[in-house]
Amino acid sequence: MPTLKINGISVEVERGASVLDAARFLGIHIPTLCHDDGLTPYGACRLCVVEVSNSNGNGRTKMLSACTLPAEDGLVVQTHSAKVEKARRLLLEMYVATCPQSKTIQDLASKYGMRQERLAPKFDNCIQCGLCVRMCEEQMMAGAIGFAGRGAKRRVSRPFDITSPLCRQCGACLYVCPVCELRCHGSSAESTLCNGCLNFSTVCFQSYDDAMCFLDPCHACEVGGPFRSDVPVKLSTVKSAQQEK
Amino acid sequence: MTDFEPVQLEALLADFEETRESLIPLLQEVQTQYCYLPEFALRRIASKLSVSLTDVYQVATFYSCFSLVPVGKHVVQVCLGTACHVRGAPRVLDRMLRDLKLGTPGTTQDMQFTVRSVRCVGCCGLAPVVRVDNNTHPNMTQAKVRGMLKKYRSKEDRPAGEADEVDDAEARVHS
Amino acid sequence: MPKLESIPDLEQLREVCLQSRDVNRPCLTVCAGSGCTASGAHDVIAGLKQNLEKLGLAQTIDVKSTGCHGFCEKGPVMIVWPDGIFYNRVTPRDAAAIVASATNGRKPVEKLLYQDPQTGERVLHENDVPFYARQQRVLFGNNGRIDPRQIEDYLRVGGYKALARVLGGIPGETIVEEIKKSGLRGRGGAGFPTGVKWEALRANPATPKFIICNADEGDPGAFMDRSLLEGNPHSIIEGMIIGACALGASTGFVYVRAEYPLAVEHLRVALRQAEEIGLLGENILGTGFKFRIKVVQGAGAFVCGEETALIASIEGRVGEPRPRPPFPVQSGLWGKPTIINNVKTWASVPHIINRGADWYAGIGTERSKGTMVFSLVGKINNTGLVEVPMGITLREMIYTIGGGIPKGRQLKAVQIGGPSGGCIPSSLIDLPIDYEELTKAGSMMGSGGMVVMDESTCMVDVARYFMEFLEEESCGKCFPCREGTQRLREILDRICAGKGKEEDLALLDDLGWVMKETSLCGLGQTAANPVLTTLRYFKDEYLAHIREHRCPAKVCKELIVYSIEPAVCDGCHACVQVCATEAILGEKKKVHEIDEGKCIKCGACLEVCQPKAVLVS
Repeated sequence: MPTLKINGISVEVERGASVLDAARFLGIHIPTLCHDDGLTPYGACRLCVVEVSNSNGNGRTKMLSACTLPAEDGLVVQTHSAKVEKARRLLLEMYVATCPQSKTIQDLASKYGMRQERLAPKFDNCIQCGLCVRMCEEQMMAGAIGFAGRGAKRRVSRPFDITSPLCRQCGACLYVCPVCELRCHGSSAESTLCNGCLNFSTVCFQSYDDAMCFLDPCHACEVGGPFRSDVPVKLSTVKSAQQEK
Repeated sequence: MTDFEPVQLEALLADFEETRESLIPLLQEVQTQYCYLPEFALRRIASKLSVSLTDVYQVATFYSCFSLVPVGKHVVQVCLGTACHVRGAPRVLDRMLRDLKLGTPGTTQDMQFTVRSVRCVGCCGLAPVVRVDNNTHPNMTQAKVRGMLKKYRSKEDRPAGEADEVDDAEARVHS
Repeated sequence: MPKLESIPDLEQLREVCLQSRDVNRPCLTVCAGSGCTASGAHDVIAGLKQNLEKLGLAQTIDVKSTGCHGFCEKGPVMIVWPDGIFYNRVTPRDAAAIVASATNGRKPVEKLLYQDPQTGERVLHENDVPFYARQQRVLFGNNGRIDPRQIEDYLRVGGYKALARVLGGIPGETIVEEIKKSGLRGRGGAGFPTGVKWEALRANPATPKFIICNADEGDPGAFMDRSLLEGNPHSIIEGMIIGACALGASTGFVYVRAEYPLAVEHLRVALRQAEEIGLLGENILGTGFKFRIKVVQGAGAFVCGEETALIASIEGRVGEPRPRPPFPVQSGLWGKPTIINNVKTWASVPHIINRGADWYAGIGTERSKGTMVFSLVGKINNTGLVEVPMGITLREMIYTIGGGIPKGRQLKAVQIGGPSGGCIPSSLIDLPIDYEELTKAGSMMGSGGMVVMDESTCMVDVARYFMEFLEEESCGKCFPCREGTQRLREILDRICAGKGKEEDLALLDDLGWVMKETSLCGLGQTAANPVLTTLRYFKDEYLAHIREHRCPAKVCKELIVYSIEPAVCDGCHACVQVCATEAILGEKKKVHEIDEGKCIKCGACLEVCQPKAVLVS
């Protein structure tokens, strides 16, 4: 069984385990947005990056995602070094700007001491963590949703933008989504960084209207997801709410 | 488009092995034959290769060779590689779009031209270049755009071969 | 041709090929690479043939189309053998004169000879042209001598000799050792030692093993792989067969990008010929070794140059990279051990086998061995492909080989290595070019694209150009690359429009850093390089945009104004005719004026104005 060192502590894990598993076994919390225990590791959100050096100790380190890194003999891992924390903070700055309405993201930003948002808010409904896509395919065995496009135009979608007959409206996609599971109302118009919602309780279902929801109509909020043709996506809702403030 | 298409598609499908690896070559073949990927073809290919439609759709929208909407008679590729960029390709593209009354790269209303930007066709020594169908036009300038488009637009009215010569002679006049 | 049953059969065939052609027989070889074809090479060939027919010389003088010579700027180029007279910028109208001179006392056609721009002297032979004189053409040497569609031509220049030696009984580990000793490093850009990679694959007991030739040359500004595939496909095939033999692979793939139709065609022809004479397939040269090569065409995605994305693409999936480890040598195509090497890496292999590892290791610098092919393009007099020993300085590249900057302008920077590379400023002109030095300067070798920029190039605009490119070409899987390229582009857009803030520079730096450190694959990790290097070397240019709302290179549209100098304008009306928005006022023969409100700053008037009356400020 491979033995590796995480933050100075030796740990022995089963073959096939990831560094993320090993860290969790030690009770070390590594933040993730695209990881779920029941799904194939994806390595897309990059929040779980850790600093890795080999035991041969040439001093050089690499930043690798813990969720996809197999725990191998002799690995030396730092999960919260200054470099790692800085990287996570900067990533979170980008995440908050992309989806300021996600409570999950706002909470992580607070936790990592992010105190400044320099990027313009986008109010996107999606960070493309791919949890919904993998959930639909791997756990629900439906494969009704997937990615389409590339680069800046990549998005979660359905073939030809029509609900697939494979969709059973189970709602699992909504259930795993880190952006629409809880809504943060954001804060002042000056900054989209909230930092006040660490103790927020669940918000009213009414504010789910521009969630990344693939239910049509949504069973939970009964408002209709972004793909409902008769209800246009209300990207502006959050923005105008902010301006009113 | 005619009703014969599905028949053509079946003939085409028969040439490929029913494996996942055939997906991209098959889509390329369909793209060549139909000049775009019709929905019925994607659905048929998905069932034939036992690949989910979601996957087929993802592949079809990922690669830039594929188009889900019909393209024009002539495909105009304006190279925006680095060498072409520093030698003024963006201005050539702007001019072309303006001449064809297109806001962004796409297909003209009369379905004559589809303008695309392409990242490097490997003729950097002759930058900026524009490739129309299979002909490469070297050392493009804004002033040459109109004449070039006109030539292709009216090609069918002229005896075959004549138009090409005119252009090649022009192309060889290096600045 | 009959199938070759043994190694002596191959040598016998080579003899037959050599004897079938008299070396002193006149031959007109015309470059028919993509560049020269675009400049009309096929018309030249047709013209030459016509003229020969007319004179009844079609049987005495051969016309041959060859691969790319690399000097595309001067295309179409051709050579008249046996004298080796080099002609450039040939047109079909010159055909008669060329034919006449080749038959009549062989006096060269003066006006078609290359003219040195500095001295005005005419140069007779290709090797004496300054563009070629400093080059060491190991990989490209045969491009101008052989017809890529004829395996006989490749055999005549000693092709498949290395393969014969290997099949003649060099054990796999010796070959790998030889490659290791030669110091050959991956020519795709990252520069990983090829021998070490090969050794790792050999050490993996799993079977079957696959080898892949990465010909997905996506870097804008680089076209050497295209040129080699078009001009000498057999050298790549030979390298791959040797590799397969050393590594125990049974199937190889060549992944070519779809934008290179001619390269695909030549490669397919070459593969068919090699198969026909038994150099590919079952029981190669009677040794029992079997190996096949398949051609896979890309479908238009820059990211497929990344090895895991390339594998995904061959498997029929979207070209999204996956995290490494496991590396392809551990688990690659269909989960099997796989080696991916660049076109030039494979093509180097036969040379190393033929001439020995020590010979190869003797070229280049301490850690970067051999020759490297660069495509020298942009604002430079001699554009084209250049093969030089590693360690040559930028100065030699630009001034000796490249012939300097046109129009007497000043060199500003050289962009090396495509979108993953960076901009090296003119102050580093004496930098020796090898893997380490380039990385230290913040750039990278990449696939060898070298885009020269002069004072009329805006570095902020160049950085923005690359972000626009990468925003489209990033696969979009991992967040820092997808979002980072968009954000960088957004900020650079702002700066180019004169609306930037000084804090933006720190933000660019931060975003660049986080992309570099956390992105999933090489594309994302290097995507910020164009921004980071321009920020490092050309900060004053960024500040000019931000503080003074001024674009020093006069490129950024929002920061420039077009006007006409009345004293210079001769009223020729040319600008009025090209203006797309009717923004130029004035009658013929009278001084014109630009209506600023209507002007869209497209620059068309500037291009056509003969007396240079159009000013940009």
